[in-house]
Amino acid sequence: MNTAHVIELRAVDKHYDKAVVVDGIDLQVDPGECFVLVGHNGAGKTTIMKLMLGLTRPSTGQVLVLDEDPASRMFAARRQALGYLPESASFYSNMTGLELLGYYAHLKGVPKTEVDQRLQQVGLHAAAARRLHTYSKGMRQRLGLAQAILGAPRLLFLDEPTTGLDPLLRRDFYQIISDLRASGTTVVISSHALNEIEAQADRIAVIKHGHLVACGSLPDLGRQVGLPVRTRIAVAAGNAARVAGQLAAHIKIDRVNDHSVDLICPEDEKMSVLRHIADLGDTVLDVSMTTPCLDEIYLHFMNGEGP
Amino acid sequence: MIRMLHTIPVLAAKEIRDGLRNRWVAATILLLGSLALALSFLGSAPTGEIKAGVLEVSVVSLTSLSMYLLPLIALMLSFDALVGEFEHGTMLLLLTYPVARWQIVAGKFLGHTAILLVAIMVGYGSALGVLILVGEGDTTGWQAYAAMMASSLLLGCAFLAIGYLISSLARERAVATGAAVVIWLLLVVLYDLGLLSALMIDEGKYISEGLFSVLMLVNPADAYRLFNFTGFGEVGRLVGATGVGAGFESGWVAPVISMGLWVIIPFLVTVARFHRREL
Repeated sequence: MNTAHVIELRAVDKHYDKAVVVDGIDLQVDPGECFVLVGHNGAGKTTIMKLMLGLTRPSTGQVLVLDEDPASRMFAARRQALGYLPESASFYSNMTGLELLGYYAHLKGVPKTEVDQRLQQVGLHAAAARRLHTYSKGMRQRLGLAQAILGAPRLLFLDEPTTGLDPLLRRDFYQIISDLRASGTTVVISSHALNEIEAQADRIAVIKHGHLVACGSLPDLGRQVGLPVRTRIAVAAGNAARVAGQLAAHIKIDRVNDHSVDLICPEDEKMSVLRHIADLGDTVLDVSMTTPCLDEIYLHFMNGEGP
Repeated sequence: MIRMLHTIPVLAAKEIRDGLRNRWVAATILLLGSLALALSFLGSAPTGEIKAGVLEVSVVSLTSLSMYLLPLIALMLSFDALVGEFEHGTMLLLLTYPVARWQIVAGKFLGHTAILLVAIMVGYGSALGVLILVGEGDTTGWQAYAAMMASSLLLGCAFLAIGYLISSLARERAVATGAAVVIWLLLVVLYDLGLLSALMIDEGKYISEGLFSVLMLVNPADAYRLFNFTGFGEVGRLVGATGVGAGFESGWVAPVISMGLWVIIPFLVTVARFHRREL
């Protein structure tokens, strides 16, 4: 058995009656990485996460989490090492925040002292004694995170974690996640918020209609789809045309105006472009490069051919 | 392993806290206590020439009452135990915790049993205290009364287990509510009516006394009645005078086994169903 992966899906299919939700997915999550699932609504992201959590069983194929089948009865004890924040989590509304977290801490065998600490961490300390039906959406989401990180799990699953959070809370949220990652936690996130997830993601899996259409780091995906890297050179006013002329032999010119030149190149020619620019010497005042962002890559996959 | 052992009490404690918080415990105690007292005082008058203690008369009236009431209370406590959490979405999270599914059922069962235990002890117990006080310390028949309390808990547990079974089979809470009412009607009300009509139509041709007692025993509510009416001394003679359940003695073992099986079998089927359920 391969112990290098924390999570492994082998040819996993999942269908409910006749609807195929997950279709032949193979993927591995490595220890300590931040693995992001992206895809349209109903692509199967939540189902994949439920398969990883053992909440549901694959129709065919195999799921391994920490080298065990997460849907087996034996796995119950291993759940100690798991944390999960469901999409729009629901809680027992007649309990207070403190009671709820105490209950979950108890079930997880986490010391009571950690409950206060986690409430503080997500900024719910002042509301701890209030019943949950008085909590706002954002507070509920924070409470959801607090329960997910109880006991500093080795494996953290976050399903659409930042929906309903304001920008300030999102920043806190990612701070907490990156603190946990620093201590070695593996994180699996499904998200629509591509621009904010981009900085966190080590690898991204693009899911479309239950298929895995691409999986890799952001630059990997950029290369796969062949989206160009854009480079803008700033030059002194009037020099642009001359510079463009010099570069045209080597690099594709996108646009030229009075004081800047825009270049387009494939991902793997970035370095050679930089060398050509360096050869221009003092003429160049500034250079900025834009690699394709997850948004563009995502749109490419979703609009593109294939399943 | 130690951790696995403390899981069930944690789950049970939550059910008890819920029961206290939504006034279920208080309401049940009040209901059982006041009805027990009212029935005991009303029932203590017409004992006529039959010599029997106040407590034994109370056992008869309370058995007839509990037979209807306790199944209803138990079903109302248990019918949404699983389906309610599925529908509300809290089960999703609970199942990602280091908790085995059978422990969830066992924990809820333990919690609900504790609620019933307290309600029966306080409700019927306080009535017992008052009756002894009023009877100027006459404790004749206390054994029958105590046995009635114990069997009431067993009957309650049987219907808790039936409620969990409903809860594990139903896809929606609304369906479970309906099913609980239908099951209650079937087992507690219609079964006896059916049996009685069958007896009248049959006129003793096919339904022997033996078959009749078996038919009575397999129903948990009737088993409860048999236990209390035929199990203990004077109570049986009192019931003989009122005409219910006359004609045969079942002893107390068979009814206890019947009610016990009604606890164990639905419980095990619930656990099996729950294990197969996917989210």
